[in-house]
This record gives sequence, structure tokens and C-alpha cells, in this order.
Amino acid sequence: MKDTLARKGRRKAPLSPWRSANRQKPAKAKKPIEGVASLDHRFGIPMVAPFFIIFLIFGMAPVVYSIYISFYKWDPLGGSTFNGFQNFVTLWGDSDFWLAIRNTFSIWALSTFPQMAMAIGLAAILRSRKLRGASFWRTIFLVPNITSVIAITIVFQQLFGRDFGIINGILGLFGVDNIDFVEGVVPSHIQIAAMITWRWVGYNTLIFLASMLAIPDELYESASVDGATKWQQFIYVTLPQLKNTITFVLVVGTIGGLQVFAEPQQIAADGGSSKQFLTLTLFLYNQAFVNNKYGYAAAIGIAITVIVLVISLINFLITRRISSDGVKK
Amino acid sequence: MFVVASNTNAEISKSPPSLVPGGRFLIVAQKVMSAEGVYFGSALLNTFIVGIAIAVAQVIFSAVAGFAFAKLNFKGRKFSILFIVGTMMLPSQLGIIPLFMLVKNLRMIDTLYALIVPALVTAFGVFWMRQIIDAQVPNELLEAASIDGASVPRIFFRVVLPIIKQSSFVLGLFAFLASWNDYLWPTIVLQSPQNFTLQVALTQLKPMYGLDYALQMGGAFLATAPLLILFVFVGRRLVSGVMDGAVKG
Repeated sequence: MKDTLARKGRRKAPLSPWRSANRQKPAKAKKPIEGVASLDHRFGIPMVAPFFIIFLIFGMAPVVYSIYISFYKWDPLGGSTFNGFQNFVTLWGDSDFWLAIRNTFSIWALSTFPQMAMAIGLAAILRSRKLRGASFWRTIFLVPNITSVIAITIVFQQLFGRDFGIINGILGLFGVDNIDFVEGVVPSHIQIAAMITWRWVGYNTLIFLASMLAIPDELYESASVDGATKWQQFIYVTLPQLKNTITFVLVVGTIGGLQVFAEPQQIAADGGSSKQFLTLTLFLYNQAFVNNKYGYAAAIGIAITVIVLVISLINFLITRRISSDGVKK
Repeated sequence: MFVVASNTNAEISKSPPSLVPGGRFLIVAQKVMSAEGVYFGSALLNTFIVGIAIAVAQVIFSAVAGFAFAKLNFKGRKFSILFIVGTMMLPSQLGIIPLFMLVKNLRMIDTLYALIVPALVTAFGVFWMRQIIDAQVPNELLEAASIDGASVPRIFFRVVLPIIKQSSFVLGLFAFLASWNDYLWPTIVLQSPQNFTLQVALTQLKPMYGLDYALQMGGAFLATAPLLILFVFVGRRLVSGVMDGAVKG
């Protein structure tokens, strides 16, 4: 993406910024959307401007300013003093930061991977032609996604209650002792992960379903001519075709996973007795709006962003690796 | 949720828990609406106002800008699009503190403007609209219209808008739902209970002493019910919106 950005920028660089745009005829590229030549292009900038101005003020300016204040000791009441990289140094040595990273990734892993497997499985079921009322089921799958986080948290807290919760009730039937889904570190993460999964599994099912429906029938036909069983077809035809969608869901899931806030905050606003609920966003919120450390919190925001970018990059590299391996075969 | 909301606390905590609705739902609903210090009714209204304002604004801004990005060859178009798509990768926490300071300086703290104004436009909305307009509005149609002498604004209103009506509606729905369920930003910028949105008001439904599960559940149910009703009518369109986006993504 960055590569194309640089190249495009150079090619389109105008000699004079005031010269009219329609003088340069862009070469017919392969894919990019091209404008309609006969339309009056002078309307372009005025039509984009309202969006762009608001976007710059409320979207981009805060991002830039965030980087600026991360180099300051910034207290909304006490004023600000420049202190270089001190916020980042402190952050690196802050055990809470590492706990928050551990919690966030633990919750992320516990919610993402089971969710992905369930969503692909459910999509495969929904794809089956024998299924009746397909559009009804698709609609039902989206319902959890529109229910609110807070309501879900309230409901799940009861389901996962230590003494009277339904989950422990069911586990009890199998002779499992009551699990404390609040105090235990892993159980508490399971509880949060369950809330996230409940909300997003149906949505992701629809995403996978959409890309499954886009797989050409011929692939399955030739596979079955070759004698592949349904299961083999799923492994060797369906899954490889879903590669891009899996990456997409992973990246979106990671960005979402790093934003988990409402659920843990509801259960324990301070992060819990052993900080087992302290996620990165909750950590940021508490530093900024409870402790009034704006500069420090801005540094946390930057750390979160770096993590997102690194993970996206890793994802991108892995996907490219897989696809080039596929070509070699 | 409904089951718990309609039972007494005693019924909820017995083991195994009761799974049939009790007869107390209306009483609980009334308790939710009149809970002390919680303005559930005005929270409902606030949430509606904010959601509708954001949905309408996003559709208008995104449609206009998305059209220009999809069909007009103006200078800086490609760069702007890449820029916008690039920003979609940034987590929202990155700018949240300066945004709070900005909103505070604009004296919008503790008003609904604090929720509406920063959400008027999103990178996602514009990008989505651009994809939709590119896919749904044929270039030939626009060429024909411009050869007939129609101006760009006229073409936008008479040709483009009617075609993208359905998709605009879906985008508006997404925006509405996102704002309805948003929690982080409202907790930061709202202070007085009269101005709370539903999500924030819900968290206030904790009695001073002990726990009232039925009250909390009743609140959760009342906060979700309007969306469920809406969903009965628009669920299918939402599904197709999600799935259309997926194939391109």
C-alpha cells in the first residue's frame, strides 16, 4: 500500500498546484476507479471539501496532536512540561502496561480463534443448498451484533455468575466445581471472550458466507469428479479460497480486540483485584480520565497504534508468503 | 434477558434459575423508567436524536464526497483516497485525548453536540459510498446525462441519488447502530445524567446497596428492544449490506 502511495504521488505530482486537473490524462490503469471524462471536474474539490474539512479537524488533527502531547507531562489542571521520551520510558517500565498487553492478547486469542472456526463452520452450513429459510437464518445471525455491549455484559455477568450462574450450573452437572469467572485470570478472560464472540460470530459468519458464495461452482464440480469427499472439498477448495477473507477478519478482529473496553470496565472499572480485567484501552482511559495523565495516556494510544500496525504488517507478510507458496506448487 | 427482567430477585437466584417469564415485567419496566438519578426516558430520546443526526449527516457527506471520489477526475483525488483508506487502519484511541480537549475547548462537553459533531463524517462511510457508487452507477449513464447538458449537481440529485438510495439507507443504518451502541466516547464527554445516552444510563442502574438483577436486566431489555423492533423491518437489508461489503473487502 505504501509503495503504491509513493509511486502514485510522484506520477500525479503537478507542475503547478493551480493548474486545472483535467489537463493531465491519466493512463488507463488496470483496476483503479476512473472518473467520467465528460463530467465537469471543477465540482470535485467543492464536493469533497465539506467532508474533508470536518475529517481533518475531528479525525486527523487529534491524531497529530496526540503525538505532540505524548512528549509532554500533560495535566489538564496543572499545565504541561516537555519531557521528551520520558512517557515512553515510563510506559516501557510500567508493569501495568505489560499486564494490559497480556490481558488484551489473551482475550483476543480466546475470542478470535474459536470465533473464526465457528464462523467458518456455520457459514459452511448456511451455504448448503438443502438448508431451508436461508435468508431467515442470515438475519437471525446478525441479531447479536446489534444488541448493545452493556446489555450483553449485564446478561453474561449473570450467566457466568459464580454461585447461581447458568454456566456453572451446567458445568456442575458434569461434576466440575464452580469456577469464579471474575477472580480467576483465565476464567475472567474467557468470560470477556465469550461476550465478544457472542456479538461477532454471526457477523463474521455472514462475511465468510459471502465469500463462500463467490467461489465458482466449477471448482467443486471438478473436485468431486476427482473423487474428493465433502470434507476434502472443504479443506482443499473452500479454505484456500477464503484466505483473503480470513486475513481481513483477522485484521479487523485485531483492531477491534485492541479496543475492548466496555465489557471489562463494567465488571471492574479499576481492572479487578489482580488487574485481570485491565485491557489496553481501559488502561488508557484510566490514565487519561481518572488519573488526568494526558501525556502518558497519549503515549499508550501510540503504543496501541504501533501494535496494530505491526500486527497488520505481519498478517500481510504471512498472507503474501502463503500465496507465493501456492504459486510455487 | 426478558425472563430475568420479569422475575423477582428471589426467583432469579434460586437454583436452577427460572427459565419462564414471570409476571413482573411491567412493574420492572416502570421501576427502570423511574429509577432514582437515572433518566431512562430522556436517555432513550437522546440516543435517538444522536443516532438519527449522525446517520443523516454521514449519508449526506459520504454520498457527496463518495460521488466525487468515484466519478470526478479532480486533482489530488487518488492521493486523498489512499490517505483516507490509510487512516482507517488507525485505532480510534489514538486521537481520543486531543479530541476530548478539542470538544472541551469548543464548549461542547456534556452536550449532545459532543457526540454528534465528531461523528458527522467517517473515513469508512466515504470509502464505502465510493465503492457503492462505482459499482452501481454506470459511467455511460453519467456521460449521457452530461452530454444532454445536465450540470454535475443536477446529475448527482437526479441520476446518482435515486440509484444509491438503498445503499445510503444501509449506510445510515450502520451509522445509527454504531452510535446507539457506542459507549467509550459518551462516558468520556457526558457528565450529567439528563444528557446520558442509553448505554451510559444503563450502567447507572446499580442500586446503592446490593444488586437488583431484575432492574438491570429490565434496563438492558428496554435499551435493546427498540433495535430489535427496527431489526424486524430492516434486518434483511442489513444482512445484504454486510455481505456486499464482504465480497469487495
